[in-house]
Amino acid sequence: MSFASQILQYLVTGLSIGGIYGMVAIGFNIIYNATGIINFAQGEFVMLGGMIMVSLTAAMGLPVAAAFILTVAIVALIGGLFERAAIYPLRNAGVLTMIIVTIGGSIVIRGAAMLFWGKESYILPHFSGEDALVLFGAFILPQTLWILGIMFVTVCALTLFFRYTLVGKAMRACAANRTAALLSGIEASRMICLSFVLSAAVGAIAGIIITPISLVDYNRGFMLALKGFSAAVLGGLGNSGGAVAAGFILGILESLGAGLISSAYKDAISLVVLLIILFVRPSGLFGNREADRLKKF
Amino acid sequence: MKSLTKYIPLLIVVLLAALFPFMVGVNSYWITVFIFVGIYSIVTIGLSLLMGYAGQISLGHGAFFGIGAYASGLLTTLANWNPWLAVAASLFITCVIAALIGYPTLRLRGHYLAMATLAFGEIVVIVFTAEVDLTGGPSGFGGIPRLSLFGLSLKNDLIFYYFVWALVSIVILFSIHIIHSRVGRALQSIHGSENAANAMGVDAAKYKLQIFILSAALAAFAGSLYAHYMTFVSPTACELKLSIMLVVMVAVGGMHSIWGALIGTILLTILPEFLGVFEDFDILVYGAILIIILLFSPDGLYGGVRQAAGFLKRLQRREAT
Repeated sequence: MSFASQILQYLVTGLSIGGIYGMVAIGFNIIYNATGIINFAQGEFVMLGGMIMVSLTAAMGLPVAAAFILTVAIVALIGGLFERAAIYPLRNAGVLTMIIVTIGGSIVIRGAAMLFWGKESYILPHFSGEDALVLFGAFILPQTLWILGIMFVTVCALTLFFRYTLVGKAMRACAANRTAALLSGIEASRMICLSFVLSAAVGAIAGIIITPISLVDYNRGFMLALKGFSAAVLGGLGNSGGAVAAGFILGILESLGAGLISSAYKDAISLVVLLIILFVRPSGLFGNREADRLKKF
Repeated sequence: MKSLTKYIPLLIVVLLAALFPFMVGVNSYWITVFIFVGIYSIVTIGLSLLMGYAGQISLGHGAFFGIGAYASGLLTTLANWNPWLAVAASLFITCVIAALIGYPTLRLRGHYLAMATLAFGEIVVIVFTAEVDLTGGPSGFGGIPRLSLFGLSLKNDLIFYYFVWALVSIVILFSIHIIHSRVGRALQSIHGSENAANAMGVDAAKYKLQIFILSAALAAFAGSLYAHYMTFVSPTACELKLSIMLVVMVAVGGMHSIWGALIGTILLTILPEFLGVFEDFDILVYGAILIIILLFSPDGLYGGVRQAAGFLKRLQRREAT
């Protein structure tokens, strides 16, 4: 394999994993925009997506498309229940308590997943075979195309939802000014619950489409969440277009770093980028400097 | 007199800690358990200063604990330093790192310190695991010497127990002084309203940074004690699970008080001894305890007890009139 095609190979790998980071970042943003909370249980939604999909297809023999929809629905329901059970009762508490309760949620979901599925890793078959396509000497797995395609559809659907539907507009209104939204008759608490449902659904989709190329176990969510958060900050917290771009940047950096520098430090790359961006430009590459003005602490 | 009442709980802690070995037996397994309670208390008391008084949360204190443990371990085994010199060096290293992380992030609002410390903590674990030649990688390394004090080796568990709890008492005393000092009052004003505090000339970011560095140094100190007690360290001593556990201890006990941190630490350190067969599920139990306590008493156990006591007092007064 020539050096150029090797680089191309890293780029392709980086794009597929970066797409996942971008989707996790969008999950963070949906909840952050609605509530100002960073949901530390975000990675658990991704893990649940992969796990439930495995159970539905392998153990119960459902066809992929049906299992996909059912999985997303189940995880979305879990997201909504989590909000009702733990976030809603604490709505008047400080931000510090909010962070801690989402950490608690992530511990509970992870523990429950370990009880249910054990500590083993699971894998899903690729959606449409593993015969790689060859492009300029680089191999592209069909799953990469599935990841990019499903991600594109998800982002478009979310954009249309937030821009053109009444509920989506109501959610944006709540994010912009909750008091004003309440005064215009929008039920803010329902919108916050909905943001957890949506965010869990997006997380589940990311979990489902990544599982064929990387294993899933009960502990998988944490690292994905951390990298997804790196993407969210790099793109500017709350900015979902930025999150997608930042996800791709991180994915490519990570795959180049793993291939050219050291695979032992692969997981550290996104984290170092996160620290640097927090130090140098906390509003992110695409955020405006006012981004962190929004949220009280 | 009134100014002395703040020391009464400390007196009770010292008394209980001193008598404890005679209650459970001097060779009891509980002595070992409470050595760990003491070591973790040093971290959680510092963390409660950060969380309860400075209003910030760190998910990287497990990493500072690890830096203390690894620096102590490496300097004594590879460079043959005196253990106390190694402890001092690891404190210094930790303060520098904490300043580098805290300085930019504490100027921001929101969750930035939490995430920056989380990312930093994970990087530390990755480095300790990847540098196999130096640290032994995932399996860690041993042969770390025990501490000795005035020529007396702290090999005996009972002696080490008293040593650790003497240190815990000093840390508590020190923390009480901070809370009632200029820095403590400044932090409380920041908690009330950061903008108002700033307007009054309180440099909020500076005080938050000082407390963050102090709490990181305490974590590193505890890590050094751990390394010299266990004579062995591995990445499990500083992984994320520990960072989260420390925050859970503080939150369960009550983050607005160092006594809450102490109660949470005791509770969650001895809990696994009772869970026994459920060992694998401890994580689920911890998460459930955390959420339940937050839902019913956001100020933790200590806050809940105080609230209940206040309620009873008011009830009594109403009946009296």
